[in-house]
Amino acid sequence: MGRSRILAYTVLILGAISMLVPFLWMLATSLMSSKQIYAFPPELIPNPAKWENYSDAMNSVPLVRFFWNSLIVATLTTAGQLVTASMAGYAFARLKFPFRNTLFFLFLATMMIPPQVNIVPLFILMSKMGWIDSYYALIIPGLFGAFGIFLLRQFFMGFPGELEQAARLDGCNPWQIYWHIALPTALPALATLGIFSFITSWNSFLWPLIVTNSEAMRTLPVGLAAFKGAFRENTQWGPLMAAGVISVVPALLVFLAGQKYFIKGLMAGSLKG
Amino acid sequence: MKDKNEWKWAFILLLPSLLGVGIFTAIPVIASFGLSFAHWNMLSPPKFVGLQNYLELMQDPLFWKVMGNTLYYAVAVVLLEVPLALLLAIAMNQPGWLTKVFRTIYFLPVVTSMVAIALVWNWMYDPQSGLINGLLYSLGLPKVNWLFSTLWAMPALIVMGVWKNLGYSMVIFLAGLQTIPEELYEASELDGANKWQQFLNVTVPQMGPTLFFVSVMSTITAFQVFDPVYIMTQGAPEGTTNVAVYWLYQNAFELFQVGKASAIAYCLFAVILVLTLMQWSFQKRWVDQES
Repeated sequence: MGRSRILAYTVLILGAISMLVPFLWMLATSLMSSKQIYAFPPELIPNPAKWENYSDAMNSVPLVRFFWNSLIVATLTTAGQLVTASMAGYAFARLKFPFRNTLFFLFLATMMIPPQVNIVPLFILMSKMGWIDSYYALIIPGLFGAFGIFLLRQFFMGFPGELEQAARLDGCNPWQIYWHIALPTALPALATLGIFSFITSWNSFLWPLIVTNSEAMRTLPVGLAAFKGAFRENTQWGPLMAAGVISVVPALLVFLAGQKYFIKGLMAGSLKG
Repeated sequence: MKDKNEWKWAFILLLPSLLGVGIFTAIPVIASFGLSFAHWNMLSPPKFVGLQNYLELMQDPLFWKVMGNTLYYAVAVVLLEVPLALLLAIAMNQPGWLTKVFRTIYFLPVVTSMVAIALVWNWMYDPQSGLINGLLYSLGLPKVNWLFSTLWAMPALIVMGVWKNLGYSMVIFLAGLQTIPEELYEASELDGANKWQQFLNVTVPQMGPTLFFVSVMSTITAFQVFDPVYIMTQGAPEGTTNVAVYWLYQNAFELFQVGKASAIAYCLFAVILVLTLMQWSFQKRWVDQES
């Protein structure tokens, strides 16, 4: 092994340790008694492991309900994104219609708008619809988006034209070609968008914070924030970290399962210009 | 066999996205602009006040303080994140299964919710028994009040922000590095260049567009920071960590000053728009140069 490789691995290992420490610290704290938690200098290994922090967290806040809300919202948002984005992406890639490029450019331009700019009018719209504190507000505005359209359009541009021609000669209309022929070939692109949407939705905070009032409608991030807020000055770090572990695991599992697709999605986002 | 009705099918396929993006993005962005010229508390009818919200912002020392804080956060995050991410990407730019493991590890913070991350860092920054003061103690250094200190609260948020997004920037850099032709390195090696000279004369110029892209994207992301401020400091101590989106949130949803909040939103939008357009025009120039 050359000197530069040893140097490279040293850098990588030091970096990896600093990436992992906060996660391990969250896990360790979630299993510690208050006595261990407030020791200084800090004790690193839970001894004995205090599993009650997990049941304490469940008893203090409706964690299962938060989890369920997050799961419903992320799943439905993802499903909606897959449908709307693949439909529009297919139209932009394969069909000819007036103002196609202008319209596509307008969609792309909406990606420049920071979501925070829109939250006030969107909140007002949700109130007018009577959707505040409901799944409608949590899910419906998230079902659409230019990023997915862009991603699927890129994919469908590479869809073989002969296949399309053959289907047309067989009398298929564009919808049938989209649904029966193009969509099944798009599974990798759909996986990319799906994982991306799921994780984004699972982690989103500002929007669910604004449109939910009751405890029963909170998603995990909002529920966690409120759980911390409820302690004021003397935070119960053990149960709070236990709740943190529960909220982090699903997104990590989805990422680990579909890592390849997720990173591809990020790269596609990076080339949007 | 050309279908003359093709545009009708296109319309059907586009309809959900047209309606969705129209109603939930395009109309709100216009409405937000309109509201920035009004006084409104969400109860009584809105009143048109012209440029007054903007003029008041310009004269409000808090506005400049918040914008200054946001700029401080963004610039510091980018200055730390870009070189670190580039260093890691260079270290990782070699074959082998081990680099894949590293990539996964560096990516964990990117896919984790900012709220969960802010909670654990909040605890690590604890002045009495937090991990970071424990580390300082073991090095023989004094404890720091981190999130309760007007000097250290913002750097604490900055370090956490860098930690969270490092993996993202690194992956983009890694992709950029892999497009650099191997011959360029071989040629410079024949010219007797050492590793450092190769880095300065081959890697950096070849990575120009990617470096620029990552810097702009990180700046844009940093300008939108909200979650950690809400969770960890709520703008305290003494407003030193109050940033644009948090202030916008306070004005809209705690003080119900919709017009003022919208004006703040548009100031933020203006900054981000300039950055994005810069990125687009530079990228276009680079692409044109290459072709």
